[in-house]
Amino acid sequence: MSIDLQQDFFGLFGLHRRFRIDEAALEFAYHDLQGRVHPDRFAHLPDSEKRLSMQWATQVNEGFRTLRKPLPRATYLLELLGIDAGLHTNTAMSPTFLMEQMEWREAVEEARAAGDSEELAQLHTRLRQHSREVFDELARQCDDEQDYAGAAETVRRLMFMEKLQHEIDDALEALES
Amino acid sequence: MAYSEKVLDHYENPRNVGAFSKEDEGVGTGMVGAPACGDVMKLQIKVGKDGVIEDAKFKTYGCGSAIASSSLVTEWVKGKTVEQALEIKNTQIAEELALPPVKIHCSILAEDAIKAAVADYKKKHEG
Repeated sequence: MSIDLQQDFFGLFGLHRRFRIDEAALEFAYHDLQGRVHPDRFAHLPDSEKRLSMQWATQVNEGFRTLRKPLPRATYLLELLGIDAGLHTNTAMSPTFLMEQMEWREAVEEARAAGDSEELAQLHTRLRQHSREVFDELARQCDDEQDYAGAAETVRRLMFMEKLQHEIDDALEALES
Repeated sequence: MAYSEKVLDHYENPRNVGAFSKEDEGVGTGMVGAPACGDVMKLQIKVGKDGVIEDAKFKTYGCGSAIASSSLVTEWVKGKTVEQALEIKNTQIAEELALPPVKIHCSILAEDAIKAAVADYKKKHEG
């Protein structure tokens, strides 16, 4: 058993370098690889081989974590294509989008203050529906249109939406407890 | 992570929270966001006829450092001309609030918010 540490995570799991992936195939390949590189299998071998198996196991785990969820997967895919999604540097989102985000946050804040869990649940559903549409857009940009600059912008938008979803869930949890 | 005393002070007693009407001629509005943490910041300046910033307001959804950074800059820009306001650097904000390296992006966000507000003000007064 050996793993080419130079290949990218898509290659590692035998997947095409695309945003849309076969999640079942990823899961299957992960468990298969994990079983083969597990450090227990190398316990009787010299230290150098043990160290190598540790590196493989780390690579397999990190690869799985990166590809399993759509946002890290998209960010990684863009990185492989030489596109920096600008998550840490790009603060100039479209004003319309930021205004919408402000309004969402205000709605969450108000519902939370009023203890209105029904409103929060509705916001949760609306945001999830909206996220689904935006993820579809991201898939088209990455895989069908090869519009990577557009995809980078969409990833940035989704980062805000994910944070918002966390806030809604936090508010719901706080009200329930 | 521990916040510095100055961050806590601004976080607990934020200065100048609120909004001006965006339509007002002397008002410049800057909206910025940090994708990595999902913070959103709106900063507004109200500029007098002499080009001096009379008042500033902000609304920030984000962590304590982001709120403190925006609260601090609303204080700093008052009494400055718009050109002077553009000279505020994120490093000064980070230093004043003793922000740790992982929170530097909050000060960058505040600097970008001033720039966006001034740009909006200038756009209104072009030509």
